[in-house]
Amino acid sequence: MKLFLKGNEAVISGAILAGCKAYYGYPITPASEIAETAAKYFPLVGGTFLQAESEIGAINMCYGAASTGQRVMTASSGPGLSLKQEGISYAAGSELPIVIVDIMRGGPGLGNIAPEQSDYNQMVKGGGHGNYKLIVLAPNCVQEMCDLAILAFELADKYRNPVAILTDGFIGQMMEPVELPKPVENIPAKNWKVGGDAETKKNLISSIYLDFDELEEHNIKLQTKYMKVEESEVRFEEIHTEDAEIILIGYGIVARILQSVIEEARAEGIKAGLLRPISLFPFPKKKINQLANKAKLFFVCEMSNGQMVDDVRLALNGKKPVKFYGRMGGVVPTTQEILNKLRVLDASLQNEDSFADQLTDSYLKI
Amino acid sequence: MAKDILEKPESFYKVFERKSGSNKLTSHYCPGCGHGVIHKLIAEAMDEFGIGNRSVFISPVGCSVFAYYYFDCGNIQAPHGRAPAVATGVKRALPDSIVVSYQGDGDLAGIGGNEILHAANRGENITVFFVNNAIYGMTGSQMAPTTLIGQKTTTTPYGRSVKNEGYPIKVCELLSSLEAPVYLERVAITDAKNVMKARKAIRKGLQNQVEGKGFSLIEILSPCPTGWGVKPVEAKKWVEEVLAKNFQLGVIKDKTAEAVPEVIEQKKFTSEEISKILGASKNGSDFLYDKPDVKTNYQNPRIKISGFGGQGILFLGQLLSQSAMRSGYHTTWLPSYGPEMRGGTANCHVIISNNRIGSPLVTETDVLFAMNLPSLDKFENDVRKDGLILVNSSLINRNVKRNDVEVLYVPATELADEVGNTKATNLVMLGAYAAKSKIFSHDCVLFTANETVKRKEFLKVNEEAFRKGMEYVLNNKQKENKEYDSVIFN
Repeated sequence: MKLFLKGNEAVISGAILAGCKAYYGYPITPASEIAETAAKYFPLVGGTFLQAESEIGAINMCYGAASTGQRVMTASSGPGLSLKQEGISYAAGSELPIVIVDIMRGGPGLGNIAPEQSDYNQMVKGGGHGNYKLIVLAPNCVQEMCDLAILAFELADKYRNPVAILTDGFIGQMMEPVELPKPVENIPAKNWKVGGDAETKKNLISSIYLDFDELEEHNIKLQTKYMKVEESEVRFEEIHTEDAEIILIGYGIVARILQSVIEEARAEGIKAGLLRPISLFPFPKKKINQLANKAKLFFVCEMSNGQMVDDVRLALNGKKPVKFYGRMGGVVPTTQEILNKLRVLDASLQNEDSFADQLTDSYLKI
Repeated sequence: MAKDILEKPESFYKVFERKSGSNKLTSHYCPGCGHGVIHKLIAEAMDEFGIGNRSVFISPVGCSVFAYYYFDCGNIQAPHGRAPAVATGVKRALPDSIVVSYQGDGDLAGIGGNEILHAANRGENITVFFVNNAIYGMTGSQMAPTTLIGQKTTTTPYGRSVKNEGYPIKVCELLSSLEAPVYLERVAITDAKNVMKARKAIRKGLQNQVEGKGFSLIEILSPCPTGWGVKPVEAKKWVEEVLAKNFQLGVIKDKTAEAVPEVIEQKKFTSEEISKILGASKNGSDFLYDKPDVKTNYQNPRIKISGFGGQGILFLGQLLSQSAMRSGYHTTWLPSYGPEMRGGTANCHVIISNNRIGSPLVTETDVLFAMNLPSLDKFENDVRKDGLILVNSSLINRNVKRNDVEVLYVPATELADEVGNTKATNLVMLGAYAAKSKIFSHDCVLFTANETVKRKEFLKVNEEAFRKGMEYVLNNKQKENKEYDSVIFN
């Protein structure tokens, strides 16, 4: 039977169904319902919920729990994630599976609590020190908050790597129907864990390699793992890309808006399609490059100063022009304002204007 | 050599394989350093309790970052200062394990001040060994939170000054003001007598955990000849004659006798139980109410609901969405949250559609629920041509200015008062909309209300209010005047 849930609730449903047994977190708007929902459900399923003394405390409790092989998670929003970065770097270095949810809000600094997508760089590029990557999943609806939470735990264990669920205040706060999948059974045993028993007492969880060569070797091992992730775990959704001249790219709430934009654009005869990255790392760069064989123009929208657009440009490497439209500060663009921008782009495309020169990236309403 | 190996406690590795270099039989610590002695005392106590297999040793950042070279048990290396948080995660996951947090003064009292404070305050059933040598040893003799006044370090080249750096922190005394800690004692690694006291304290700290009694911390004043730039013999003397004079030795707090061991039950749950707890199998299978035939103009509505906080705006939206869900529609509900809410007004966006929904944001509005005047003022112009505005005419004493939209004036607050609860105004409006749009069956709305309303005493009132709203529209009981009546019932 379908349930009507907030994104922030569904992510906990997914986590519990995935066999997550512990939640350590610190309250912050607009992610607090995640902690509240965890506080409600974890004790009922024999798990641990603990409101930590700080974001730093929370991520390090996760570090400890993950070391024992337990499926564990935390959640926060931008400012909290900034604080967690130390622990995330250690977890990446020690190869610990931890699921970290970031419900992005407006920044920098205290900013505000409205939705933004300005944590892309800190989550996708590795916000802490060292050569590491998180696997980053970007749900755009409440069902995916649940489903990708389950996937996040699977990937975290499979690759022994922290996995982030990166989305925005709208996806966290909105409610939609959700079909809860069956609980995950048979979670694979972890022979590397520190289990407090004779079998695992030889194990060590650590990120220190004092010897330069050993640390380089460890880094190469990590990079090799990330390459494997790039080969196997790219996820995306396409809408009307087959014959599209203009490919719109966005994730999270923006992808929902772009879906509406494309429906209206198609009705007007504009050949637009949508590519929605579901995994931000690994980024669907091959797919984007492949779409460039047909498409004439790429149009990236974000609720940021343009962070993901860098990855699109890297994927295309100059093959086709890329235009960017961004809103910041918690302003969510409307379907209409993006459609207006798209109309201008399409018109210049049809008139064979040198649109690449004429239209510059824009942060403002047209 | 063989004799040396045999003298090692069982809880030490026989050969320190993880240690780099060729010498894998002795520790990496400097001559005269206290860590080696402390390690040995801990390992001996672990032997004594037979807990080697179930122990998890958390190494800090500092010289003892490599404690895992030596302890033959599960080992975790923690970020600087965070060992008590890491220990918390371990202990909560493995209540039967014995978790040791081993920390230096910079680690515990400096960068990790918050972690130790809260782990102690929660009374985590862990044992903390706090090695206080009044200096940052590994990084090269910088000032520690426990550095004495006047003590010269590389970052206090003129001596620690109270004015600039404050006083040395007395960790045991600080933590003793908390309720939870069970056992706090300060010992020193100096002569045989003090080492015996340290042995006893370390043993007790572990025993408390074995018995489930709670948080124990043993602060150990320890020599760092290299960091202090003195010979090992002088270092020991300095601990005894200077350090121990500043940090009082002995038991600072001991509630061991009255501590009640915690019993932790670990229950397993079946898949069915978990699904049930999450609400997934409430009725076994999914079922849907029939979708009535909806007039084209009322199909796939993008709805905005707006009013005062307290008018049940968000709840009304949820009922709409949930009724839509139970009728097999796609639907989204998006609240305004944050600063807007604090102004005393609330609004939410609801979309009901036969198709997959893109943006959940409602700008151009098909249906507006204006529950108070500011809402009508704010959103009237967002309604599309031929859209529908439901006006709570009990609170809005003006007509809708537009003449290209359909308007339904419902004295919703008065009708709610008639059923005895002003708070049911939202249900009156819902009834009016359901009757007008016929977008879902009335049974469906009532089922959803039953499903959603937590306080069952409101169910009857809600149902009556819903029916009032519905009947008001069906019986054409429109208020006098409204020139738009002709539009409404064309």
